[in-house]
Amino acid sequence: MTASTGQPHTRKPEPLEFDKPRVSIATPEYRYDMQGEMPEAERVERAMKSFVKDFGRTAAIYMESCIHCGMCAEACHFYEVTKDPKYTPIWKLEPFKQAYKREYGPFAVIYRALNLKQKVTVERLQEWQQLIYDSCTVCGRCSLMCPMGIDIAALVSQARHGMYAAGLIPHELWSVTERARLEGSPLGATPKVFKDRLEWLSDDHEVEIPLDEPDADVLCAMSSIEIMKYPDSVVATARIMNHLGVSWTFRLDGYEATNFGLLSGNAAAQKLLTMKIVDAAVACGAKTVILPECGHAYTALRWMGANMYGQPLPFRVMHIAEFLAEQVREGKLRLKKVAKSATFHDPCQVVRRGGAIEAPREVLKALGVELHEMYPTKGTNWCCGGGGGVVANHRADELRYKTFKLKMEQIEATGAELPVTTCANCRQTFDDGQAHFKWDRKMHSLLELVADNLIEDES
Amino acid sequence: MDLLEFARGPALQWSVSIFIVGVLWRLLGVFLLRSKKDLSEPRNPAAWKGLRLIALRSWPRREFLEGTAFGEVMGYAFHVGFLVSLFFFAPHVLFFADVARGLSGTDLQGLIGFRWPTLPNGIITLLSAISVAALLAVLVHRLVNPVKRLISNFDDYFSWFVTFAPLVTGMAAFAHLAGWPYERLLAYHLLSVELLLVWFPFGKLMHAFTIFAARGTTGMIFERRGASL
Repeated sequence: MTASTGQPHTRKPEPLEFDKPRVSIATPEYRYDMQGEMPEAERVERAMKSFVKDFGRTAAIYMESCIHCGMCAEACHFYEVTKDPKYTPIWKLEPFKQAYKREYGPFAVIYRALNLKQKVTVERLQEWQQLIYDSCTVCGRCSLMCPMGIDIAALVSQARHGMYAAGLIPHELWSVTERARLEGSPLGATPKVFKDRLEWLSDDHEVEIPLDEPDADVLCAMSSIEIMKYPDSVVATARIMNHLGVSWTFRLDGYEATNFGLLSGNAAAQKLLTMKIVDAAVACGAKTVILPECGHAYTALRWMGANMYGQPLPFRVMHIAEFLAEQVREGKLRLKKVAKSATFHDPCQVVRRGGAIEAPREVLKALGVELHEMYPTKGTNWCCGGGGGVVANHRADELRYKTFKLKMEQIEATGAELPVTTCANCRQTFDDGQAHFKWDRKMHSLLELVADNLIEDES
Repeated sequence: MDLLEFARGPALQWSVSIFIVGVLWRLLGVFLLRSKKDLSEPRNPAAWKGLRLIALRSWPRREFLEGTAFGEVMGYAFHVGFLVSLFFFAPHVLFFADVARGLSGTDLQGLIGFRWPTLPNGIITLLSAISVAALLAVLVHRLVNPVKRLISNFDDYFSWFVTFAPLVTGMAAFAHLAGWPYERLLAYHLLSVELLLVWFPFGKLMHAFTIFAARGTTGMIFERRGASL
């Protein structure tokens, strides 16, 4: 692991790269995986304080319950492809378990008095940075495996808060989170860029795209990956909304659903980015906020948004696949049949951890595709390997490509013609993997597939 | 006071006291922590239904079975053997009845409202032997499996020892091991149980309680979201 020391937080994020299969900051010439100027002791102190700050009953129950059975390793794609024990999910939390026992657990005083658990050092945290960020997509497959029922993925997210506070996160995640905080978008989809893109897309595709409507029933948000790399998804969203005759809008004060605050562990940035959408929805009186094909955006707003807001959200939050399924169920969305076989890649945050398990399948059924499920599938499907910020982290590329082979094997085994998913981050991970391995399969967007097969009302 | 009197008297009283106070301390230390209310709109409002995870997670999903079968089978073997020997061996039940008399002046029925049958000694011996074999297997596995070896610490090995010792000393006492006076063997057995009781609140043996809390908590969180259990 390369790491510089003492890079100030004020350093500007590096330029972005748009001509590659994945959108991210340009490969850093020199990595700065340690942020901010502070003594080592303070880094550790900050990490532990931040980790402990969020500590509640749930996390404590988890910390008290691990029996070191090691079974979680069997669920992790990083362990599966390397058989390296350091990728055992619970091991990724070792310094934080150590800190919990020593500083916070019911017997902390004994652990400290007898020095039964050593103090966590900055070197140890640096060493663990790779485990917590590069080799964990927070996909939560291990959480389904743990015989004690520990939600290991949730603890990794909490550990990331500690790492962020200590200024010990991978450079790219720091950089894109800073961009999001300063510019409103992690990947260059600033309000000006978004507005320009909407105008261009509207003209090019002859589709009306309402922007900044003062009143609307539905507020749509997009992810920056879609805005910058898959603009057809923006068009598809507009086409479908217009087709359904929904009162909807994009708003420049709250359009960016990507939340690198969540992925990096920067809770303040997470809240800032969440509140933009909440405030925009409140401003236009939206009854529903529709989130784009983006896994962690769903977690950030659907399951964490109200907790950031401090009260229940005054609107429904739906992933676009849930919205489409609802429209199909209500008979409002009729689709042409796609005479092909398809297989569905389950985005972890939408399906396994988000609960929208059947919605994408309902939409695929309405499209008339012959669905060939992968094995394993749904809640236990393998992660694409790029979630949790891993695809943005150049340092993790080699490892990520190894895990991608699992997906290629899974998809090939289905014999399906169309691989389909409903997460732009998964999609770009597939695009990048496809280019790397010169694979002849292309991942498709469920949203775009629907937009391409709308049955226009003859009346 | 000889060793057996010590084991039956102050050692038992102290170990049981440490066990009770330690377990309560550790459980209260966790359960009294704040728990933030989840304000998100639930997909399934009846989150309590997620408590079924307590039962569901007792066996892995089909997709996970291949890599975990050894741990599951051995785990069940030593837990079943240990618990059946503990609760269904006739001398143990007599011992519990003695303790009940000491505490309340009545028998088990009077203290807890029910009594239970004992199993023949042959079955107990067989199950204990299976338990011992399974414990040895999991120890070897912990030492040779790279994942388990990496993540193991003192607690894992000491908890193994305090679980293993009562089984072995109990079997030795039951078999009246040649050359050793029964009283001494019984004292060793009692002391090994007392060591287990003393260690119990401090190490991973606490999972006997926390397993229900951890599974139940995750079950309710996931059920609320409609996530995969």
